[in-house]
Amino acid sequence: MSAASLPTFSTSRFRDEREADWIAFDILLTKLEKKGAVALTSDELLQLPILYRATLSSLSIARATSLDKALLDHLEALSIRGYFLVYGVRETRWSRIRRFFLYDWPAAVRAVWKETLIIALVIILGALTSWSLVAHNPEWYFNFVPEEMSGGRDPRATVEFLQSTLGHGKAAAGSEKESGLHVFATYLFTHNSQVSILSFALGFAFGVPTMMLEYYQGISLGAMLAVFTGKGLGVDFGGWLFIHGTTELFAAALSGAAGLRIGAAVVFPGARGRLEAASDAGRTAGKVMVGVILMLLVAGLLEGFGRQLITDTVLRYAIGTVMLLFWLAYYYIPRREDVA
Amino acid sequence: MTAAARNARLRGSQAKKIREFVTPEGVDLELRIASSGLRLGALIVDLIAITVTLFVFNLLVDWIGHATPRDIAFIIWMLGAFVLRTFWFIGFELGSRAATPGKRLMGIRVVARDGGRLTADAVVARNLIRELELFLPLMMVGVGASEDMVSGWTVAAGVIWSLTLSLFLLFNRDRMRMGDLIAGTWVVMAQRAKLDSDISASAEAGAMLFTEAELSVYGIFELQELERILRARDPRAMREVADTIRAKIGRPVAEEDDVFLLSYYRQLKARLERGLLFGKRREDKYASE
Repeated sequence: MSAASLPTFSTSRFRDEREADWIAFDILLTKLEKKGAVALTSDELLQLPILYRATLSSLSIARATSLDKALLDHLEALSIRGYFLVYGVRETRWSRIRRFFLYDWPAAVRAVWKETLIIALVIILGALTSWSLVAHNPEWYFNFVPEEMSGGRDPRATVEFLQSTLGHGKAAAGSEKESGLHVFATYLFTHNSQVSILSFALGFAFGVPTMMLEYYQGISLGAMLAVFTGKGLGVDFGGWLFIHGTTELFAAALSGAAGLRIGAAVVFPGARGRLEAASDAGRTAGKVMVGVILMLLVAGLLEGFGRQLITDTVLRYAIGTVMLLFWLAYYYIPRREDVA
Repeated sequence: MTAAARNARLRGSQAKKIREFVTPEGVDLELRIASSGLRLGALIVDLIAITVTLFVFNLLVDWIGHATPRDIAFIIWMLGAFVLRTFWFIGFELGSRAATPGKRLMGIRVVARDGGRLTADAVVARNLIRELELFLPLMMVGVGASEDMVSGWTVAAGVIWSLTLSLFLLFNRDRMRMGDLIAGTWVVMAQRAKLDSDISASAEAGAMLFTEAELSVYGIFELQELERILRARDPRAMREVADTIRAKIGRPVAEEDDVFLLSYYRQLKARLERGLLFGKRREDKYASE
């Protein structure tokens, strides 16, 4: 019997019968990708899962019977595309955002409370270390705070100058820094965000670099504090720092906590595999980090504008306290969880 | 190495990149892990796109605004670079195609490793880690350049250490970045394949007939290579392949190459597909009947 006269169950016939479905599915997917689910009529929405299943079944049959590479590749690509669209996003962007702010963000922050406490202690420890060192011997200051960061705020500076950097006294900061103000604020925001992202991202190295970064943050804080209190400006400096510092340091602590969470998951994965534990922790930490960047944005605004416009120390303390209370309430007051 | 072993190795190396991914319907989608070259290509395209966007935005501000003061431009570049860099990747990967423009161009996408849907927090986590992977080596070099007290060897050690983080994806089978590892994601191929015409179906004009013995010399691998040649329609390649087949089955050069190849392809395909229906899958010409 020659090959040509064989009865053809033929994969060609299979293709002829099913091809219309594949084309319809392709068109539907393209529409869905371009314009979203809103663009589909209710008829098309009902068609979607039916066509999806038809395509998947075609793929199974084709794999078992057909040797046409082009056909197999097309069906495979179409099924993969379809799978991720059909099983992919089940939420609109808006409801995603709403859920993030109402539930996911505070819940993620609550979940890392232990790590937050540890990082807060690390920062305080850093501040205490440099404080005590600088208070005893001002020379230490230059080891802690790099020249370009301090902007002349060091133990050699006069009381008047230090006062002016806080926005008090005759040569108030406003007059000289008027033009550079927003540049400075931008710089601070990007710099702080990068440090936070780093201290989060370095978390997987068992959390050690994270703790070092946070410790270092505490150190420069403590050194500055020591300089100002040494000149009798402690309360004013506190206000200058407090207005945005509550938000910023809180954010810094949270970013460290997020990093530490990942580091802890890698070291102590528990019953899960190390990879799985890391990715679980990574997801929680990712949510915390979005929040951290938003907090830093708020801190940058408070620092760049609020602090320069409000020079009254009491008012500065008040705003800083209100912000702190706001964050604490937002994160830690228990609420009914979203079940969905 | 024999040709048979080489063939088997080729198939093996392709199979190594395929990951089982079973849908709830019970079909294995056989996702293929994207190669590191494609990943790098996608990254470069994205970085270029970000820079161009920033540049255009800057020009726009220039054009709208009164002669832009230098510090405004400075803010645009500093804040814009940060915001774009951070949210370009996150924003695009949150979309329904889970791919940045660079990834789309390369035909790859991000997928949750466990087969579930890709959550926003996973996307955020994997992209924030990028900051570290991209900029830590640069920072290390920067530190080395600025600080004289650090010896060259220390800097080199730092750079190498940070490079092992950045190049982490070269050291694992699944081509996962540090970010993928932590977010629980994979980057896989998501190319579109156009449905090409069915070359075995069109009407047979002047078809030749081959005997069973003539058809039994090849397997599936050769069939699909032949299909590739036929679809590409390159006359030189077709001539070469046709000559090889003629020599193998001992036929004289009597007809046009494309007629010969097409009829041979059709009959070989029909024969091998019949084998499939009977549960016989002959992978290549070295496999037994």
